[in-house]
Amino acid sequence: MSEIKTAPKNAIEVRDLNFFYGKFQGLRNVTMDIAERKVTAFIGPSGCGKSTLLRTLNRMYSLYPGQRAEGEINFYGQNILDPKQDLNLLRARIGMVFQKPTPFPMTIYDNIAFGVRLYETLSKSEMDERVEWALTKAALWSEVKDKLGQNGLSLSGGQQQRLCIARSVAVKPSVLLLDEPTSALDPISTGKVEELVHELKADYTIAIVTHNMQQAARCSDYTAYMYLGELVEFGETEQIFFKPNKTATEDYITGRFG
Amino acid sequence: MEMNNQLYTKRRIVSSLGLAFSMAAMAVGLAVLLWILYVLFANGLSALDGNLLTSDTPAPGTDGGGLRNAIVGSLMIVGLTVLVSTPVGILAGVYLTEYGDESKTAELTRFVTDIMLSAPSIVLGLFVYAIAVATVGNFSGYAGSLALSLIAVPVIMRTTENMLRLVPGSLREAAFALGAPRWKVSTFITLRAAKSGVMTGLLLAVARISGETAPLLFTALNNQFFSTNMGAPMANLPVVIFQFAMSPYDNWVRLAWAGALLITLTVLVLNVLARVFFRDKVSS
Repeated sequence: MSEIKTAPKNAIEVRDLNFFYGKFQGLRNVTMDIAERKVTAFIGPSGCGKSTLLRTLNRMYSLYPGQRAEGEINFYGQNILDPKQDLNLLRARIGMVFQKPTPFPMTIYDNIAFGVRLYETLSKSEMDERVEWALTKAALWSEVKDKLGQNGLSLSGGQQQRLCIARSVAVKPSVLLLDEPTSALDPISTGKVEELVHELKADYTIAIVTHNMQQAARCSDYTAYMYLGELVEFGETEQIFFKPNKTATEDYITGRFG
Repeated sequence: MEMNNQLYTKRRIVSSLGLAFSMAAMAVGLAVLLWILYVLFANGLSALDGNLLTSDTPAPGTDGGGLRNAIVGSLMIVGLTVLVSTPVGILAGVYLTEYGDESKTAELTRFVTDIMLSAPSIVLGLFVYAIAVATVGNFSGYAGSLALSLIAVPVIMRTTENMLRLVPGSLREAAFALGAPRWKVSTFITLRAAKSGVMTGLLLAVARISGETAPLLFTALNNQFFSTNMGAPMANLPVVIFQFAMSPYDNWVRLAWAGALLITLTVLVLNVLARVFFRDKVSS
């Protein structure tokens, strides 16, 4: 019995997920597991449905009438596609960071505190601690500790993105969804965000959509290759990148396609 | 590279022609504005003295006099209008973008608002006369405010809506992604992001209503005496200008010019303020 390696626990289990933008079907029969405290990367050419998949995981699509999902997404055993699911609570537990940095039009401090205040009542000193903790987690504390009262928009693009990560981390979610978090950043900021992803996975389950295959290879444990709304191949990142089972995956990864 | 000189010359001529025409159009517009300002200053400046702010509108045949009652009346009527129509207009604008969006109710609201925006103000004045003057039995400052509110609310509402639409959807999504309920997203995030634009709309609405005469003619009417009772007829600058400018008395006509100058300067200042607000928004 050499196989005593225990399979990691799943934070999210997607089962037979179909997604529709009105009449257009964006996802077809996607079934996959997102392991707890691991980084799962979604790769594939533009329009393949990787962002769509990510946006079903926190029901972001529910903001838009006409978009709907069928199937099951079990988040620690609870089907979040259930119409009775409380979306605000769900989103407080499954945080999201977007492609473009989206600092709120308020101070750096309030950017972090905004989300925390929604669900917790903290004293001033507890809030100060939480803000420092979140900014430290996002590797931004040393750069902003003297200007917490400044507007979040005054930061550079890379700093803004780390502020957004800090903001998501501050509410202590269990899952972080990152939608191409570095595509608007320069290489140095990208490097910082990637390091951050590596450190955050000790405490959080992370799902990341990326256009950059090196990024997926560098910072993920599992990789899903998607094409035209279907999950083509899913497995451990090493296997996907070095021994893909399907030629379609190999073609994309080696740059022959995409 | 082989260059077609003829083509290039032709393009340059067309370009300079276009530039010349647009400069001319600009000059015409600017000249008219300066002309208006010149005439106002030339006629109104002589009446701008200490009495303007301290004495009330004079009785027929008496000398001197000022516009104190009309200025105070205008400030009160416009002030109440702003107090009432700002929350209504902004909340309605928030409803249109953040809640109603493409629903039937929202579409209907937009349609009605557009009609209200282009409705002749005298019609609105007559409407308020019918519902709030004829029924009560007397003209009043309140009725004047009501009539002005009917003009201000649609303006504030549509600018609020337009400004909120400029807020990128990603900012909304980011707030929702933290688990914020919709009302918090609209008040703390989107409305805040659109703050300067909404303020601009508000100032423009004030500028618009502070010179409106027709809605006040049948509602606030006028009052020769100083009065702060909004339940009674109330003096106000536009109606005083209207009545005094047509009168045979020299001092009345002079006061009308002074009033016109005052209103124009106020509107000018409000517009400049609105620009400053908007510039701050763009630069940040």
